[in-house]
Amino acid sequence: MAETTAVQAPEVKKKEPVFGKKERKLLTDPLDDNNPITVQVLGICSALAVTTLVLPSLVMSVAVMFVLAFSNLLTSLLRNSIPKQVRMIVQLIIIATLVTVVELTLKAFSFDVYKKLSVFIGLIITNCIIMGRLEAYAMANKPWRSFLDGIGNGLGYGAILVMVAVIREIFGKGSLFAGSALEMKMIGASAEYWIDTTQSTFFGWYAPNNLMVLSPAALLIMGVMIWVQRSRNTKLIDIS
Amino acid sequence: MDLFNIFIKSAFIENLVLAYFLGMCSYLAVSKSVKTAFGLGLAVIFVLGITMPINWLISEYLLSETGFFGVDLTFLRLILFIAVIASMVQLVEMIIEKQSPSLYNSLGIFLPLITVNCAILGGSLFMVSREYNLAESVSYGLGGGFGWFLAIIAIAAIREKIRYSNVPAPLRGLGIAFLITGLMGIAFMSLMGIDPAAFMEAS
Repeated sequence: MAETTAVQAPEVKKKEPVFGKKERKLLTDPLDDNNPITVQVLGICSALAVTTLVLPSLVMSVAVMFVLAFSNLLTSLLRNSIPKQVRMIVQLIIIATLVTVVELTLKAFSFDVYKKLSVFIGLIITNCIIMGRLEAYAMANKPWRSFLDGIGNGLGYGAILVMVAVIREIFGKGSLFAGSALEMKMIGASAEYWIDTTQSTFFGWYAPNNLMVLSPAALLIMGVMIWVQRSRNTKLIDIS
Repeated sequence: MDLFNIFIKSAFIENLVLAYFLGMCSYLAVSKSVKTAFGLGLAVIFVLGITMPINWLISEYLLSETGFFGVDLTFLRLILFIAVIASMVQLVEMIIEKQSPSLYNSLGIFLPLITVNCAILGGSLFMVSREYNLAESVSYGLGGGFGWFLAIIAIAAIREKIRYSNVPAPLRGLGIAFLITGLMGIAFMSLMGIDPAAFMEAS
């Protein structure tokens, strides 16, 4: 396969590959090296608000990924015709439109999820990941790459969100995927739970921890996650 | 309720950052030095103090049923509030760029991000749900901004000091800032629900 492309190469040499190394890097970088939450410090507020349960965090990540990818694409298409002085208002209108699209789609196709999440979906407008990527990437790059950058950052955001939510839901509520068809009961003081804390010798001391439901717990968990990530990936250590 | 009480309450007891965790992103990212934190804090006070009364006028005279159009337009609230905030931030950005280019450069991307600082939109939404009047909303805006200012100065000072202590290398910088904020948040939770008016009568 590589040989055939090499033969054809002289004709298409000037054209950039549709999905080459740089494009793949756009998708994988935000997962670790350039994660929106733990490295770029964007979108913390919503990460604190939604992560008490896994299901809302999942829906939120998908919604943010959609809005991020398409607002990056639209802004990148319009980037040369937006005057610098009013760019924020233009960007916000694009974001608000897409958020409304998500909201109405959810309302039309799955009303139950919409009722549970309507507040969080509105929060996407003030999610600084979106504005941050528009300012830092889409205003200066081509549409296709901006779109991939949006998908990648959405994935990185979702990964952190779901990890924090799993920890908080298990230890705070004693369940996993509550509210969905997959609901599991993990740690609690009755026979319905996987680990019955009154019977188990190991978890005998444990009761669901209410601190985990409060927002400071999310900050503490994220702090520890940054610690773990940076001890693995020493490039990210803050030298200053 | 008098205006001073609202100011104290929004600055200390119901602090936007430490009690409600709003405006976290710029709070964590711009708190490396007290100087930049000071600049951003002042900008947030200004934007909150200005947008709050404007948004109050909009929701009272344009969006409510008794307002200019005579129809209930509250579904437009979010978009209009955001538009007001965005234009105010753009104004602040132009002023800072002209008056102090060094501050402008050190704030970087976080100046436009004041627009999506949830403390500001959150403040406007709290103001509507608590049914403040015009004077009260000005006082609430300034108080909330002052509380945000104090919180970011506090963490910036802690982070400047902590630079000289022996923090594990991977935790340095952002990691320890998250942990400190979490602990400060737990401390502030014990202030929730205190009523300054009742306290003043009692003493």
